[in-house]
Amino acid sequence: MGQPSVDTIWDWLDQVPDPEIPVISLVDLGIIRDVKWEGDTLKVAVTPTYSGCPATSVINFDIETALRDRGIEKLTLTQQLSPPWTTDWLSDKGKAKLEKYGIAPPSPKGEPERCPNCGGHNLERTSQFGSTPCKALWRCRDCLEPFDYFKCI
Amino acid sequence: MADNALFQFLLRMGDNSLILGHRVSEWCGHSPVLEEDIALANTALDLIGQTQFWLGLAGEVEGKGRSADDLAFLRDAWDYRNVLLCELPNGDFGQTLMRQFLYDAWASVMMGRLMTSSDERVAAIAAKASKEVAYHVERSGDTVVGLGDGTEESHARMQAALDYLWPYVGEMFDSDEVDAAMVKAGIAPDPAGLREEYDALVGKVLGQATLTIPTDTFHHKGGRTGYMHTEHLGHLLCSMQWLQRAYPGATW
Ligand SMILES: [Zn+2]
Repeated sequence: MGQPSVDTIWDWLDQVPDPEIPVISLVDLGIIRDVKWEGDTLKVAVTPTYSGCPATSVINFDIETALRDRGIEKLTLTQQLSPPWTTDWLSDKGKAKLEKYGIAPPSPKGEPERCPNCGGHNLERTSQFGSTPCKALWRCRDCLEPFDYFKCI
Repeated sequence: MADNALFQFLLRMGDNSLILGHRVSEWCGHSPVLEEDIALANTALDLIGQTQFWLGLAGEVEGKGRSADDLAFLRDAWDYRNVLLCELPNGDFGQTLMRQFLYDAWASVMMGRLMTSSDERVAAIAAKASKEVAYHVERSGDTVVGLGDGTEESHARMQAALDYLWPYVGEMFDSDEVDAAMVKAGIAPDPAGLREEYDALVGKVLGQATLTIPTDTFHHKGGRTGYMHTEHLGHLLCSMQWLQRAYPGATW
């Protein structure tokens, strides 16, 4: 087998779901920072979303599994801290998928644009933290549904 | 010597976030309401995550092959370098949030300075942590205001928490030869130089919370130098290090 191109690798990684929000891929999440070949070794740089994100080790394991399943034998995963991850790196495709899934995507104004359930604008924050480090809890006063908001950092 | 000073500095950073993170995690499943339980657990997670970076780098700088886990689980109380504030018991919810705010305010000023460290690795960890710390200080500050300027009961408890914790604030601004070496190398600021910014931030929030800062300037010390910890640290380590003490070398 010849060496798959870097673009092909990115496509493969775009099919690896985030373990906690499986509707978006690791590429959508913006945590894959670099993919390159060094000789016959593939090097993938990954950045953590939050320092204490418990999904980090699962994510590394999933990347390794996905690439090994496609025949990549020599693989090095590196952790890249700088520059720190920001929600600006979420892809537009990813943001649309999040909203469809019921999670309000991050917004520069620091609060959800609209209710992911009914589109309402009459919203209130229930808690600055949610079920995972990357989310906060909000509630819609129009449809009365609680929802997760992907925090903007 | 320079490397040993850097190692000590990194231990201080990592031990602060480790010990406080463990303390905060003790609330898991015990908070007054679900939202606060989740918030405290997430704060603890961020702190433990930052610990992995600081202690990971400490082990690398030390060069004896010790990992972040080795440093966390295989040292005894006298080898810890956290400030005493971080190891104090949780007390009631108000005391936990007051302790958190007093620490978060320091961490927010400290991380801001460390982002321009001459050591790229230190700057990268600080840049990562600063985003989380900004979120923490907003939350703990809001809660201190809410409870301080709340009912008669909540106000009295927050004032009691502040009176108890304030004598532990000063240690965060002490300096010694380790700090002098860090300043000389451009790695970290002199802690004393953070005090003005800290007092401005803390004074503003405690003012809004209608709380009175004690006037006595005495402060406890001995944590960051390792000279003498409080009795509370040993009890904390008994629980945190239990697995490695009972089953040395256990992994999964
Ligand atoms: Zn709605």
